[in-house]
Amino acid sequence: MIEEEFDAIVVGAGMSGNAAAYTMARQGLTVLQLERGEYPGSKNVQGAIMYADMLEQIIPDFRNDAPLERHLVEQRFWVMDDTSHTGIQYRSDDFNEAKPNRYTIIRAQFDKWFSRKVREAGATVLCETTVTDLVRNAKGKVVGVRTDRAGGPIYADVVVLAEGVNGLLGTRAGLRKMLKPQSVALAVKEMHFLPDEVIEQRFGLQGDEGCVIEAAGTISRSMAGLAFLYTNKESISLGIGCLVSDFAKTMESPYVLLDAFKNHPSIRPLIAGSEVKEYSAHLIPEGGYKAIPQLFGDGWVAVGDAAQLNNAIHREGSNLAMTSGRIAGEAIIEIKGRNQPMIRKNLALYKTMLDKSFVVKDLRKYKDMPALIHTNSRNFFMTYPQLMSQAAQNFMRVDGTPKIEKEKATTAAFIKARSRWGLISDVVRLALAWR
Amino acid sequence: MTIAVTKLRVEEKLYQNRYLVDPGRPHIKVQPHERPSANLLALTHICPAKCYELNDKGQVETTSDGCMECGTCRVLCEASGEIVWNYPRGGFGVLFKFG
Repeated sequence: MIEEEFDAIVVGAGMSGNAAAYTMARQGLTVLQLERGEYPGSKNVQGAIMYADMLEQIIPDFRNDAPLERHLVEQRFWVMDDTSHTGIQYRSDDFNEAKPNRYTIIRAQFDKWFSRKVREAGATVLCETTVTDLVRNAKGKVVGVRTDRAGGPIYADVVVLAEGVNGLLGTRAGLRKMLKPQSVALAVKEMHFLPDEVIEQRFGLQGDEGCVIEAAGTISRSMAGLAFLYTNKESISLGIGCLVSDFAKTMESPYVLLDAFKNHPSIRPLIAGSEVKEYSAHLIPEGGYKAIPQLFGDGWVAVGDAAQLNNAIHREGSNLAMTSGRIAGEAIIEIKGRNQPMIRKNLALYKTMLDKSFVVKDLRKYKDMPALIHTNSRNFFMTYPQLMSQAAQNFMRVDGTPKIEKEKATTAAFIKARSRWGLISDVVRLALAWR
Repeated sequence: MTIAVTKLRVEEKLYQNRYLVDPGRPHIKVQPHERPSANLLALTHICPAKCYELNDKGQVETTSDGCMECGTCRVLCEASGEIVWNYPRGGFGVLFKFG
């Protein structure tokens, strides 16, 4: 039974919750963080790429002891059909810098480290505790939480909802609507273990250098989706995700897609001989700017995936989570410093600060992308990938056909598949949504 | 035949994972129904842990022991009241070693 009343209760010990709890605890606020898993990270799933800049703003010297896998020097974007991939890739020695920009991480390990920092900053972290309910006062302000542990409610001035994409509390309490099937993706992933020298050989890496492959195309069977392969130190994280609405429509099984990706001729040799040690599944918010729910209210704020803060175009989520958690913490510190109550009017400061950050600016930039890609998934994930493969193969295969005829055949294939007007319209709509 | 092979493959995958099952307290329940809706039926294919299966009467049943708590079924079938979804009690359910 916890008698103490806290300045803040943070629900969840993922990226956003840890960032919020750490930020507040460091400034001397009394913080209780509740996590339903056995240990922080035990319920968390991510690819995972961690962006240094956003963590540096919270823990500047994180490189001293954070469990980092590899810093990324190479990124490959692939468009796949069933037998090929057409790709662009970028690799630069500039990424071998004193303070690298992006790292692969393993979330269960990283989150334990982050949680240790939260505790060192002075917060109380309670695991194996599921928050079941929000407690409100007569005016409707959130004043605490109930948990599945024995004892009564636990009280705080403000509750930070960092409960993740599948957050029950916020939706049950009516603070935000249930996720729509078309604004959330289901991703499945496996951890493939290989000796580090094998990984380095296969991807042309030295030391802690890392490589990322992101692939779209027929692999998602006309659904809006993306597959990925990330190199860790002694393992490869590999997975595929598609919109839940598309899964429901096509009734494709995610594990069948995953196995097809693993068996694709471009992927199979990269993971040959590996030992699989875990299979995981997780939802990813994909609705972008237009899906952002109410972020604050009387006695509460929502951060990270619970607030659907995810940039699907750049595949960034954990950095938006960390930043929103940090900013929520800073807003709460500011309000407390002014001796003001944690009511809706004052907590609006969190939204104001978040709007000025890259989080909301980036999401606003791509506000029309989800609708475009999600409603035209067959074109973008089936037709164009096939056309691109045909065009590339046509260009490379030497078979005595005059080049002018080859070019005509490629152009004709595009027009036949999408029509002149369809091609122009796709380009224009894509350009407008990207702008 | 294909279905049996697929089923085997998922169970092999889930076998890698660590779970602490809370006996007698499943965290997902399917409400009694005559005929499943399209979304509920879809779960028998798209649940990544294959927790949903059709019984002989054409109704959907769930065994949530292998559940990875992703929430896909919640997104599709909670609002209609066809399933009831709660988190497992603190410490129970899937425990990711790597995540």
